[in-house]
Amino acid sequence: MDTLSSLADGFAIALTWQNLLLALLGCFLGTIMGALPGLGPSNGVAILIPLAFTLGLGATPSLILLTSVYYGAMYGGRISSILLNIPGDEPAMMTCLDGYPMAQKGMAGQALSLSGIASFVGSFFATWGLIFLAPQLVKIALLFGPAEYFALFALAFMTLGGVSSTNQAKSAFAAALGLGLAMIGVDTQTGVPRFTFGEVHLYDGLDFLVAIVGLFALSEVFIFLENRHGEADGKKAKIEVGPLTPSMSMLKQTTPTMLRSTVLGFLAGVLPGAGASLGSFISYSMEKRLVDPKGKTFGKGDPRGVAAPEAGNNAAAGGALVPMLALGVPGSGTTAVLLAVLLSLNITPGPLLFSQNPDVVWGLIAALFIANFMLLAMNIPMVGLFTRVLMVPPRILMPVVAMISFVGIYGISGSSFDLLVMVGFGLLGWILRKFDVPLVPIILGTLLGNSMENNLRRAITIDNGDWFTLVDTPLALTLWAIAIIGFILPLIIGRKVKAQMHERGDHEGSTSD
Amino acid sequence: MIFKATRLTVAAALFGAFPLAVLAQDFTPENPECIAPANPGGGWDFTCRQVGKSLQDEGLLSKTVQVVNLAGGGGGVAFAEVVNKRNDDNDLIVAASTATATRLAQGAYPGNTMDQVRWLASVGADYGVIAVAKDSDIADLPALLEIIKNDPTKISVAGGSAVGGWDHLKVLIAANAYGIEDVRKIKYIAFDGGGEAVTQLLAGSVQAFTGDLSEAKGFVDSGDIKVLAVLSPERLEGEFADFPTAREQGVEAIGANWRGFYAPGGMSDAAYEAWVSKIGTLYASDKWKEIMKTNGLAPLDLQGAEFEEFVAASVQQIQDISREIGIIK
Repeated sequence: MDTLSSLADGFAIALTWQNLLLALLGCFLGTIMGALPGLGPSNGVAILIPLAFTLGLGATPSLILLTSVYYGAMYGGRISSILLNIPGDEPAMMTCLDGYPMAQKGMAGQALSLSGIASFVGSFFATWGLIFLAPQLVKIALLFGPAEYFALFALAFMTLGGVSSTNQAKSAFAAALGLGLAMIGVDTQTGVPRFTFGEVHLYDGLDFLVAIVGLFALSEVFIFLENRHGEADGKKAKIEVGPLTPSMSMLKQTTPTMLRSTVLGFLAGVLPGAGASLGSFISYSMEKRLVDPKGKTFGKGDPRGVAAPEAGNNAAAGGALVPMLALGVPGSGTTAVLLAVLLSLNITPGPLLFSQNPDVVWGLIAALFIANFMLLAMNIPMVGLFTRVLMVPPRILMPVVAMISFVGIYGISGSSFDLLVMVGFGLLGWILRKFDVPLVPIILGTLLGNSMENNLRRAITIDNGDWFTLVDTPLALTLWAIAIIGFILPLIIGRKVKAQMHERGDHEGSTSD
Repeated sequence: MIFKATRLTVAAALFGAFPLAVLAQDFTPENPECIAPANPGGGWDFTCRQVGKSLQDEGLLSKTVQVVNLAGGGGGVAFAEVVNKRNDDNDLIVAASTATATRLAQGAYPGNTMDQVRWLASVGADYGVIAVAKDSDIADLPALLEIIKNDPTKISVAGGSAVGGWDHLKVLIAANAYGIEDVRKIKYIAFDGGGEAVTQLLAGSVQAFTGDLSEAKGFVDSGDIKVLAVLSPERLEGEFADFPTAREQGVEAIGANWRGFYAPGGMSDAAYEAWVSKIGTLYASDKWKEIMKTNGLAPLDLQGAEFEEFVAASVQQIQDISREIGIIK
């Protein structure tokens, strides 16, 4: 009950006019930033840091503003994923896979409100999770040593094949390409530069934000340019939003999905470094494995394929705050930025935060609840407002996308070199799309590649070169088992149960349509 | 080589041509700017922001110092930018630390050396610590080093910097001082920052931790880790007074992660003197003492030429160790 009374104190702190206003502002700006392709939660928060500092805000109000932006961006990311097939931010990648097909079927409005509800469910329960788990966290995080992390990353890659592509080989190629790109930069284990060609800008490796914006946003612009030449004004120029209220049957069908994904996403978020992208990715692929292993409806506009990643990534956003607050170890890219803010406000997150600055912690948590309700209110009835930003015809929108991509990336890094890298990735994305190679595994490869490699080498070094260390603990073994099952099951047993699944798939397909 | 020599001659000629004793009051920066060569949140960012804000609060500058984050290459992007593009900017200072000296010493800023910029002043130091988990059997620093001496495979030391980085070098300095001959055998595991390294220490994946006092402070206060030694010349003051130094345990090892600033190599002497005097005045103020105290910074009071010599010595020391462990040839 100690927790609940602390939470009540937190609400007393958060419920001032100034803080409510800041939360509202943060939610609104966050949703817009999330919706605009290229501007994700981390750059959204990063852009608003100067604002928080120039307003001379104290620690709690600054955090309330910035975490509202964070949550808002997690909501907003889905809007452009669904309407444009461009992820508004990196965790919303998975929402494209089913959200866009739903929009093409004229169900954009339903997809938007369903994903809004899923986002709410995900972050609402994750915030409760944060309250109860943060004090307990140390025990969970400490089970993960380098060997377990490596197993976890391997799990992510081995279940990757069936996610975004119909062709496993192309997925594998894309993942390998991503892992290769991750090798660029100074090797953090030995300090030796790899594939940098003496170019100091490459020493820190490729910034995955740059890669994402290039691969997704710019390649979209290139493809538009190419098509525009032939056809008049692109046939997909207009997407009807359609009715906003999802049917009761759709809600009923997706409720278990949301709950399952919330748990998975939350856990993915809690793991340091894994973050929201992994949350949405694992939620989507697990859901697909679970209800649609044959790929009958997923990828073609299944509402569950929209609900799963959205509940997953918003739950991960809440989960990622757990290690940041409790251990001072960010759970994702955005929480790393938030951690930076905390430090510059002279607050050291970590085991001491809860006892030394309870007002900051509980005020923040209460603000998360408030922001969540504000976001639900903003994102369902007012979703039209945000979509209007995106409903501009492509010939106007695409130059804007290009402009925001350039301005956004330059705004973060202030480096013209990154702009060239981004254009490079844009061209790469355009070429790969022509070959029908999925882009998501490339990003996951670049995102996770370094952590995966480092953890492998740490594990091996710690055990003096003994490779068996990788399968030494029950947790590692469990993760490997899941990984192997996830990889082999569809290949071997898949054929045997095909007929059976075919029937079930048909059945489920018809109910979801 | 010839080019380099020429450049040095030219630099020497320029320095010789101007008398160094120019009144500090002659120069006031119009648009003071501080480059933090990393993303917000790190030590360099902290140095820029705290010093920039305090300079204004103390009335030493009338304008706000604009902090620009120019991350990349472990500070190399900022260094190259200053040398190549802003060499004669009188309004610019750049945050630096031992990490800057380490990378300069190891040639990790391609084509750049420490004499291409002017070193202004230090604003404090963060002494190194070597720690173990609170329930570890290891009682003091000699005990830890003795185990490593007998069987280096038994102890994995975790730190937040890359192999050859400052966290790694601190352990090697201590091991060297203890008389361990082959320091290359010591197992150092690089993590992404001190927080992650401590987490792995608590998890039992590694047996010892090397880092800076300021990053270890939170974990000491919460009772998670046990500090075996602080690598400072004498015991520190205040709440850190309980930590034994390596020196008093018979290990002659000192490792200070200093924080300070450099300025463009072409900065005018008037501007250089003005910046040195401003930062020096700030350092002496009570306000800065308060900031040092809350952030676990220990005193390191060096300005102008003294600081320049200190950095040169620091670069030399790191070069020697790095050569010994084979990081540079």
